[in-house]
Amino acid sequence: MIINPSFMEEMHIEGQTDIRPGFMKRFWRARTTKLGVVLLAALVLFSFVGPLIYRHSATLPHVLNTVSGPTAKFPMGTDSLGHNVLSQLMVGGQSSLEVGFASALVSMIFGTIYGMVAGIAGGWTDTVMMRIVDIILAIPSIFILLFLNAVFKPNLLLMIFVLASTAWLGVSRLVRAEVLSIKNMLYVEAANALGANIWRVMARYMLPNFLGTVVVASTLGIADSILAMAGLSFLGLGLPPPAPNWGGMLADGMNYMFQNAWWLVYPAGLCILLSQVSINLVGDGLRDALETRER
Amino acid sequence: MLKYVIRRILEAIPTLLGVTIISFILIHIVPGNPVRVLLGHHYTAERAAALSRSLGLNKPVWEQYFIWLGHILVGNFGYSYVYNKPVVQMILQALPHTLAIVVVAVLAAHLFAVFLGSVQAYFQDTVFDQVVTVINYFLYSMPSFWLGLLLVIFFAIDIRWFPSGQIINVNDPHPGFLDWLHHLILPVASLFLISVAGWARYMRSSMREALLQDYVRTARMKGAKEFRVVFVHALRNSVLPLVTMLGLSLPGMVAGALFVEEIFNYPGMGLLYWNSITNLDYPIIMAVTVFLGIVTVLGNLLADILYGIIDPRIRYR
Repeated sequence: MIINPSFMEEMHIEGQTDIRPGFMKRFWRARTTKLGVVLLAALVLFSFVGPLIYRHSATLPHVLNTVSGPTAKFPMGTDSLGHNVLSQLMVGGQSSLEVGFASALVSMIFGTIYGMVAGIAGGWTDTVMMRIVDIILAIPSIFILLFLNAVFKPNLLLMIFVLASTAWLGVSRLVRAEVLSIKNMLYVEAANALGANIWRVMARYMLPNFLGTVVVASTLGIADSILAMAGLSFLGLGLPPPAPNWGGMLADGMNYMFQNAWWLVYPAGLCILLSQVSINLVGDGLRDALETRER
Repeated sequence: MLKYVIRRILEAIPTLLGVTIISFILIHIVPGNPVRVLLGHHYTAERAAALSRSLGLNKPVWEQYFIWLGHILVGNFGYSYVYNKPVVQMILQALPHTLAIVVVAVLAAHLFAVFLGSVQAYFQDTVFDQVVTVINYFLYSMPSFWLGLLLVIFFAIDIRWFPSGQIINVNDPHPGFLDWLHHLILPVASLFLISVAGWARYMRSSMREALLQDYVRTARMKGAKEFRVVFVHALRNSVLPLVTMLGLSLPGMVAGALFVEEIFNYPGMGLLYWNSITNLDYPIIMAVTVFLGIVTVLGNLLADILYGIIDPRIRYR
């Protein structure tokens, strides 16, 4: 019997509307996931809507009011240059979230393509491509990021790609492993037999199978990128001043820890912790809902 | 067994070569005239000439790489621009400090995580398990630099139990082992706390699975005490995945050590690297990346061999 390929197409589209039944229901089931979504939403509101309500400059130095504790004028005090800490937390949150999301997206796209090519090509191409990943992973990523930061002094846009330059490695490994297990499945063979070209097989038959895994890994990758950027700022690199960043604010707090300047240490650290906890909770919720394997 | 070890060592060589290529490429993607950029604000005519000679910059790039590789194979990593000392000497001074923090923290965290995860799995879904899980979740998400900072503020400034930095008391004419240990505790504690959480989580799920197995029921049936059932029968099998993680966790631990060293002013590889980054001291930057690559590859190798020793099901092919 000859099956008309266009008929297959129809069947596939019909089935696709119901590919993950009850995804939202399963995602919302866990209380921890709800907590994560609420915390993340709060953080986004604080960073992006906050400055519209609390209209004070984050980069205007109040030179007569340096390292002063919380007052009516400065609800969270001022730093060593007299910057308003509350405004700095908000603006620092903007760049952290923007760069975190964007670099996770870039590394997701690049890592997926790289892993797919390696997995499908197989043989020597695969060996060499994955060896390259192993080699870069052997050097702790923060060391590479520090170097790239010191040399390129990145702005917001370049920072996205600098962070993505090490973040795609994990994604490519995951995707390659998935492709290897899917490659010899009967439905892929069937698609090949029906004359589907390689792009079609990749996009329609392989990608939907591991998209969940990649989305979960990339969600957790957002947290990693935010942490990496805060770490770079803490070490005195990252986005150039006067752009505030939670990590840089902590470094400022470290210089005044003997003066008991707690408002420079706790708020910024809590913001980083909150971003990590909320994104990890959402990522774990996605993993449970999509039933993908462990990272 | 010996054959397996030798084969694994041979397999590690391409990766190590790859690490040298990566550090070479890192320096060569710097835009502009390499000599001028390499020397940065340490640029002088003699240094430029010496560097061109030692890197052979008039030759093709691949030939330059092999010349540099030939140098580092005989242990010649060049001289630091800033300190004017052989780079190898500086690295060999810093490496033991980093290894001390990392090795002590990794081993302590691993042992404690195995214990904690097992106990959590045994008392699964009780209040104890849930409380520990929540604490672990926060510790797992904790930035190492903030945790380190909080430890300094609390233990070194507020209650003054431990020093806030350095490896030994610089005012003490005869600093002993105990003094060194005293300075080691807070840096190790920072790394310990952030890494124990993730591993305990892993151990908990591994042990939960093991406790459902038939051999556990058999052990109970034979009348083994509960302690023996968990920590002898079930532990042996559930601890295996954690041994693999031991090797894989090394790069992350060294990265954590970078922040810890910076906070505690602890003169290890991280602080050396950070200082070289701020000075753009390229010979040190290249050497540190190569050394860290070696440490990581050796760590993975050790974990693989260890895995082969403790798991009799692994065949040495």
